[in-house]
Amino acid sequence: MRETAKIAGYQLRDIARSRWLFGYVLFFLLVTDALLRFGGGGEKALLSLMNVVLFVIPLVTLVFSTVYLYNAREFIELLLAQPIRRHQLFGGLYLGLVIPLSVGFAAAVGLPFVFHRAVATSQPGTIPSLLLVGMILTFIFTAIAFFIVSRSEDRLKGLGIAIATWLLFGILYDGLVLLFLAIFADHPIERPVLGLMLLNPIDLARVALLLQFDVSALLGYTGAVLRKFFETTTGLAITISALVFWIMGPVALGLRAFQRKDF
Amino acid sequence: MISARQVSKHFGRLSALDALTLDIARTRITAIVGPNGAGKTTFVKTILGLTRTYSGSIEFDGARVDDDGKYRSRIGYMPQMARFPENLTAAELFAMLRDLRHADTPIDEDLISEFRLSTELRKPLRTLSGGTRQKVNAVMAFLFKPDLFILDEPTAGLDPIASGILKDKIRSERSAGKTFILTSHIISELEELAEDVAFLHEGRVGFSGPVSELIRTTRQETLEQAIAQMMKRGVAA
Repeated sequence: MRETAKIAGYQLRDIARSRWLFGYVLFFLLVTDALLRFGGGGEKALLSLMNVVLFVIPLVTLVFSTVYLYNAREFIELLLAQPIRRHQLFGGLYLGLVIPLSVGFAAAVGLPFVFHRAVATSQPGTIPSLLLVGMILTFIFTAIAFFIVSRSEDRLKGLGIAIATWLLFGILYDGLVLLFLAIFADHPIERPVLGLMLLNPIDLARVALLLQFDVSALLGYTGAVLRKFFETTTGLAITISALVFWIMGPVALGLRAFQRKDF
Repeated sequence: MISARQVSKHFGRLSALDALTLDIARTRITAIVGPNGAGKTTFVKTILGLTRTYSGSIEFDGARVDDDGKYRSRIGYMPQMARFPENLTAAELFAMLRDLRHADTPIDEDLISEFRLSTELRKPLRTLSGGTRQKVNAVMAFLFKPDLFILDEPTAGLDPIASGILKDKIRSERSAGKTFILTSHIISELEELAEDVAFLHEGRVGFSGPVSELIRTTRQETLEQAIAQMMKRGVAA
């Protein structure tokens, strides 16, 4: 544990000085501020912000982590030649990436709400939920990046796979779900749709947030079913465990790939 | 100090090490030579535990190398290519390694002063030139006074002065009883330093023993000629 914390600490220092992280934080700061200034009330701003978060976080996290890990390859070799174990190094590198990315995001989105005194005017719980979901997505997609980098020796191929992963979860998957809905429109498909939501972390995050925002009426009958499901304790428990699974699964896969990799 | 038995490693269809058996003697400088792709770097990485799935066994002082990695506290490694976190300074890098190694013992900073690095230590590593980074790389291998040094192409990218400083350092540590494994393409460099030589070809050991013996058996005058002779034979075989 101590080794992990030490590695994470030094890596954090490295990334905290990175221009890319600075740009990422500045982006969220400006977008949040602009939405609060010009986007009407806090509620509307939050909704637009949610869409930005669900779109940008997976993409930036995947690309940033993939590029960072490929660039750090020789340094990782050097660290592996030190008397530490691989899982300690994995933990250190993972936390060293996830902490600056998620804390940077949370600060960049959270602070404008404080400045604009918009926390009180929005529905209770919505801003913390948005921050939490954004951070969870960062944890998930950084772990996926670890898996990709450990499995693919070729950095161009790895970057391609990372972008394809984002396209799949962020865009293609919803298209496929819509197609499914259109084809089986005459059937009672609420339950399968619920299942499909759980299989994509971005969808899961979207549904969990939308239901907080009290706009689920827009989702029609399916929305009502979803709402009913997600509002129950079981629903909440399933949503939370699905999100936890979505962190644990990729982390476990990434760790396994990292431990087996020949450097 | 190192004894490798029947070590085989495949990358897909490519065989990097093929039932390689080799002993590295204590308190000697062993040069590992061979054409590109002969398995030099793979062998060195296998000693360090960087290679994961291989058959055969490698022992360090009689104990099998494993994931625990404690044995690595006795090894100083200088990798071929020096790339470090861009935004850290060399001083932070040294501090990081010291933290990870729990190095309470006095450290060896001779090379820092001999390379005149002290002003460079506070600059971000990305701003340093390739040669300076290679100097930092060398400093790290010697920092913790290890028993075994593994230097992969140590003088590549160093100017003649720095290269001379490094060679002097290697000699003085050798007389202090340390063991060295060197790989290099520049044979003339090995000629000055090497006592033992292991010639690898297609993942196998073509020759291993004292330099003088290699020169005698190949009936050549210098190590460079002897190795050239081995390479020709290796290719023919």
